[in-house]
Amino acid sequence: MHLAYPAVLAVLLFCVGLYGVLARRNAILVLMAVELMLNAVNLNLVAFDVWLRDTLHAGQALTLFTIAIAAAEIGIGLAIVLLVYRNRGSSDIDRLRDLRESGGPSGGEPSGGSRDEKSVAPATDNDAENGSDQRVQGPAAGRRHA
Amino acid sequence: MITLSALSAPTASLPTAPLAAGHPGFLSPTGVEIVFLLVGLVTLGAALITVVTRQLVHAALWLVVALGGVAVEYLLLTAEFIAWVQVLIYVGSVVVLILFGLMLTKAPIGRSPDADSGNRWIALTVSLAAAATLVTVVVDAFRATWIDLDAVAGAGRGSSEVTGAALFRHWVLPFEALSVLLLAALVGAIVLSRRENASERATRRTTEQPSPQSPQSAQQSGPKAPRAGER
Repeated sequence: MHLAYPAVLAVLLFCVGLYGVLARRNAILVLMAVELMLNAVNLNLVAFDVWLRDTLHAGQALTLFTIAIAAAEIGIGLAIVLLVYRNRGSSDIDRLRDLRESGGPSGGEPSGGSRDEKSVAPATDNDAENGSDQRVQGPAAGRRHA
Repeated sequence: MITLSALSAPTASLPTAPLAAGHPGFLSPTGVEIVFLLVGLVTLGAALITVVTRQLVHAALWLVVALGGVAVEYLLLTAEFIAWVQVLIYVGSVVVLILFGLMLTKAPIGRSPDADSGNRWIALTVSLAAAATLVTVVVDAFRATWIDLDAVAGAGRGSSEVTGAALFRHWVLPFEALSVLLLAALVGAIVLSRRENASERATRRTTEQPSPQSPQSAQQSGPKAPRAGER
């Protein structure tokens, strides 16, 4: 078999994954595109291992390591995405703009910004506000009784 | 171009000497190559649909097709063990994790109009430029390179026996480090996705903001405070 076939297929898979990472808005779809890119790398590793036939068997061993690291990455990534969704109510990566500079060139969509602030507001713990109110109310009530 | 092929030709002809004389061309493909090409087309199409579809759950299901196609490509490259590991881990667990993630983030069933962000055309330009550059370079570099699949399959290089021997003889230290990394990732995922309950939050608040009351009395006065307000 020509080495060009798996190498070109790996290149095309990688570029499809690159498009997905750059163009998708949902964070989970971005993670899926990252998986496609990792698979392209794995295909390259296996093809070059079959071609070179080294004694260390490096290509297939590194492919196994890459698969394990991809599993760890998807686990941590999904945990982070779920945490962001729980705190913000949205996992769209271009609406998470808390760290941008205020006078940025893009300006951003006004709907996105207002949705951010709206979704951040209920995310602050209700218990915290209640607790501080209670703590303020406690001594005041005592004073009133006195 | 000439230097690249001249560089790759001797390394290609190292394992089996008579390859340089009778070099098989692209116009007379073998059966394995035809199957590889067809499965590669299916894989590439599934990957494209995964990336451009507007239905999120369908994207995850097309990802299954793409990953399964890559597993078949591993089988065609005589890497059996990697192929079954790919089926087990990717198709079996990663896609299930992704489907759980889609479910837990309440992804819309059906077409979602805002699946793509605004910079789709920039992304298309970048990926097409990268694809053109890489395909040109790779085809130029490995045009004359031939994989002797029969010799590889005869030596049993892709079997689990050979892979296991290499993994536990030469790659033991990276393997163990990888197990520690997996453990750390597991613990990290648990810590990230764990909800803290009310009592822990209360104790953390009292330690962060020391109040004149003792934490026990603060916890006891918590439920009683509304009643005091009513009075």
